[in-house]
Amino acid sequence: MSGISHELVQQQFPEAEWDEVAGALIVAPEKAQEVAKWLLDHDTLTLDYCSNVTGVDYLERETKGKIINDAGEEETINKIEPGRIDVVYHLYSMRNKTGPLVLKQQTERDKAEVASLTPVWRSCELQEREIYDLFGVKFKGHPDLRRILMWDEFEGYPMRKDYIEPFDYEWEPTPHDEILEKHKKGKVFV
Amino acid sequence: MSSATATAPNYELIPQDGLETNLLEVSMGPHHPSTHGVFRMDVKLDGETVVDLKPVFGYLHRNHEKLAENMSYLSSMPFTDRLDYFNSMTNNWAYALAAEKLVEIEIPERAEYLRVVMAELTRLVNHVSLVGFFANDLGALGTPLLYAFREREKILDLFEQASGARMMCNYLRFGGLRCDVPNGWLDRAQEVVDRFPFFLDEYEKLLCENEIILSRTQGVGCLSRELATSAGITGPMLRASGVNYDLRKVDAYGIYDRFNFRVPYGEVGDCYDRFMVRMLEMRESLEILKQALKDIPEGPIMGNAPRVFKPKPREVYGRIEGPKGELGFYIIADGTPKPYRYRVRPPSFVNLTVLRDMCLGQKVADTVVILGSIDIVLGEVDR
Repeated sequence: MSGISHELVQQQFPEAEWDEVAGALIVAPEKAQEVAKWLLDHDTLTLDYCSNVTGVDYLERETKGKIINDAGEEETINKIEPGRIDVVYHLYSMRNKTGPLVLKQQTERDKAEVASLTPVWRSCELQEREIYDLFGVKFKGHPDLRRILMWDEFEGYPMRKDYIEPFDYEWEPTPHDEILEKHKKGKVFV
Repeated sequence: MSSATATAPNYELIPQDGLETNLLEVSMGPHHPSTHGVFRMDVKLDGETVVDLKPVFGYLHRNHEKLAENMSYLSSMPFTDRLDYFNSMTNNWAYALAAEKLVEIEIPERAEYLRVVMAELTRLVNHVSLVGFFANDLGALGTPLLYAFREREKILDLFEQASGARMMCNYLRFGGLRCDVPNGWLDRAQEVVDRFPFFLDEYEKLLCENEIILSRTQGVGCLSRELATSAGITGPMLRASGVNYDLRKVDAYGIYDRFNFRVPYGEVGDCYDRFMVRMLEMRESLEILKQALKDIPEGPIMGNAPRVFKPKPREVYGRIEGPKGELGFYIIADGTPKPYRYRVRPPSFVNLTVLRDMCLGQKVADTVVILGSIDIVLGEVDR
């Protein structure tokens, strides 16, 4: 099975970014549906099969970056990389038996919202609901966005990296007061 | 089955013979023998016809992915057994395949062959029990299932001799296998493989042309080729709809390119096709097993895997053709001994997408058959 050239997509959509480390094409949520439709209808690509859809949570973190300061010297400074949530799509072509092409949509953590690709590939339907459930990402244009694995009354998004688990789900659905303090100090035995 | 009468929100009263009618909301499950675990279908019925269906699950959810993100790579290997508890060997393989993509490990020949042998035996186990349960769902209570389980037990004995456990095998490691098979195991496996076709002949004779099975499954729950592709259906269910897509051929992962086998596929995409595709796939699995057991070489079973598994920052997606469909593992490594992101792409979870589409307009008794033909395992759906 051969991979798919991302340059072909970038010719059509120059604003799509290629992430070399991840091997993924990053598209803006506003453009995502258009890109997806184009990939599906393309004569040679025909990515008719969206295999895996998932989210990845990145917390805000400090990184060391090098800049050239006013005096013209190289200086190491601390940069703050804002937190984000990626929604990852693994696309294949069943007709041509090629793939994968990895598509990513990025969104901020506080008001996480991306475009739903369920209108393009039905296979996203349940998987996007799962991301909504576990990561708290809203999918614009999803036909039936409800919690899927957790119960409807559940608060919080368990797959986020900063999620604090409660002491007892039935007795205390979200951690507070004493339990929350214990969590902040260190690991609490649950 | 609990039932309750309720008025659907957008329901129109259809007077018949001057009498008012009403939709019936039935909550099938979670404690229903035909749902294969704790799975619920909220069905809206007009008489006996299904007008709406919503699958409800998550009762068995334990956030397998979060657990795996908080432990080292190898520590989650035993947990993958519990995903699809019928097919622990293929679950192990899918995870090992993804992890082996992170670091370059050469897998010894003997380990590759044994992996194929274990995976195909697993496929036999899965399909034979699925067919048994399917007959059970159709009302053939007990007998076909017990015939199937008799054969399944012979293969589980082989698993026990090789790995120490019948079902939770935990047999594969990154770069090879945990241990070699004991002396004489290959002969015993050969014996099981040689005997299996006789059982299949008998089983096919009993079931495949049975009039009840034909009338209950033919034309029931049709899934079109286009919808199957778009909805990401994989495995025997996809092939029953007429799409020839088998990852053993397409990806040829492991050493599958060395074996000569055919990929059965259906035409109509109804429950009978899904049943038959599985029956035929068992024959092809036996073909692969025969070739693998003949060619299997002597040698080491473990490659030069690093003592501490600490891959460089990378993202990989590894997938195999599990008995239920495409089982994929998506791993993001960040240079620490724990995966930053660990995701399981469960085949039966995605295959449930089309449950509603297949059930609409069918009789309520057929939803049980359609669900049975999807072949779900709740350990994997809920994770």
